[in-house]
Amino acid sequence: MPNKLLKQALSGQNPARMWRDHDLKDSYDVVIIGGGAHGLACAYYLARHHGLTNVAVLEKRYIGSGGSGRNTTIIRSNYLTPEGVRFYDESVKLYEQMSAEFDFNVMFSRRGHLTLAHTDGAVRTMRRRAEVNQLQGVDSRLIWPEEIKRLCPPIDVSDHPRYPILGALYHPPGGIIRHDAVVWGYAHHADRLGVHIHQLTEVTGIAVQGERVTGVQTNRGFIKTGVVLNATAGWCTTIADMAGVKLPITTFPLQACVTEPLKPFLDVIIVSGSLHVYVSQSDRGELVMGASVDPFASYSMNGSLAFVENLAGHMLELFPGLRHVRVLRQWAGLCDMTPDFSPVMGVTPVAGFLVDVGWGTWGFKASPVSGKRMAELIATGRTPDLIHPFRLSRFYENDLVGEKGAASVGH
Amino acid sequence: MIQVECPNCGLRNASEFRYGGEVNPRPPQPLAIGDAEWTDYIYMRRNAAGVQTEWWYHRNGCGTWFLAERDTKTNAVVRTYLWGK
Repeated sequence: MPNKLLKQALSGQNPARMWRDHDLKDSYDVVIIGGGAHGLACAYYLARHHGLTNVAVLEKRYIGSGGSGRNTTIIRSNYLTPEGVRFYDESVKLYEQMSAEFDFNVMFSRRGHLTLAHTDGAVRTMRRRAEVNQLQGVDSRLIWPEEIKRLCPPIDVSDHPRYPILGALYHPPGGIIRHDAVVWGYAHHADRLGVHIHQLTEVTGIAVQGERVTGVQTNRGFIKTGVVLNATAGWCTTIADMAGVKLPITTFPLQACVTEPLKPFLDVIIVSGSLHVYVSQSDRGELVMGASVDPFASYSMNGSLAFVENLAGHMLELFPGLRHVRVLRQWAGLCDMTPDFSPVMGVTPVAGFLVDVGWGTWGFKASPVSGKRMAELIATGRTPDLIHPFRLSRFYENDLVGEKGAASVGH
Repeated sequence: MIQVECPNCGLRNASEFRYGGEVNPRPPQPLAIGDAEWTDYIYMRRNAAGVQTEWWYHRNGCGTWFLAERDTKTNAVVRTYLWGK
């Protein structure tokens, strides 16, 4: 890397673009709507694993401008159901290899992930998650305040807070990553393999004839295609409406914030469902913090003071020493929440219209595996076993995958 | 924080209320429809990006459930009213 930098500096030329702009073609084999980590990952794996390169990724703004650039970058697989654990575990493994695969540093940092329990009920859930995880070969175990304090010295494990810490689910493989780099890595390699990435390209309609997709209308013209993937997260129902497909999804904003940079003091990820917070320290030293979704459905990404006040109060219960630390900025992203807190992936009643949606508050960590498996589905026409539990028809078959206890905080 | 006008108590902070979701009328003939229609009623949502009619509950106030028309893109509340009015 240093040699590359030096060469670049002395050559006086601008570096090559990581991805290029193209004219919109009249037709593509596959059109992916949504230029986030999910859509770009799917395009990359279609080209890399299946040789499908006549693929367009349509993004109405700039790539990574949605949930991919707004999440709190936590990666883990300590879920509640065997289906969920197996699925997210493949994702963690793909993330671990990503820098090597891309020859590009995505700054994956394995931290260890602690989900705190403040009630007997929560301890019971953590015990169950630990058992389910271990049965799937995932490293998770229940630990007690003494070990929590050893792993995370600044945390208050005394009985002084309103909700003292009773135990935690410890998941050593949990980590954080640079989310923008993941988007750029997928975009760069998809581009080099022949995928067209079209930014500032908004889908305004989907052509369906006889229950089959025939094309996509955009603000830059019409594209003929037989396969459309909806990977638009918070906006997914607006796209599905265009194809006449109903989804069990409601869009809620989720807010997050960072503090001013501090010296490194927190090398684990701390999550508390009861206190509705999660926090990790970035490589820059900022504390990256998030909470539960906003209390009412909305497509607005405005932040609120109520969110910061609540979050700060709960953070101080865990880390009283942070009382003089200032919040640097806050933002919001949109979450496509499903009734069972699991995603919706696969085919729909409209042939050729596929969905990779319902990613709520658990989407970023699944980008590699959902991209890889959706690409497999598109290329082979067969739903991979790993994502079969998350099909849209599960709602009509009463076969839900209940992940409420492990997928997010605050309920 | 947005404010919502309770039909009884007037304009209050949204934190006083509980959001009850988009209006989702029960099937008019519950016994006549099949499982698929019931699934649509229970799980499928319009999730409108624009003005939608929704339920709100004045939890820290008069305890009344009422309807609101709110633009989900801007959170602007167009109007609120009691059911049946």
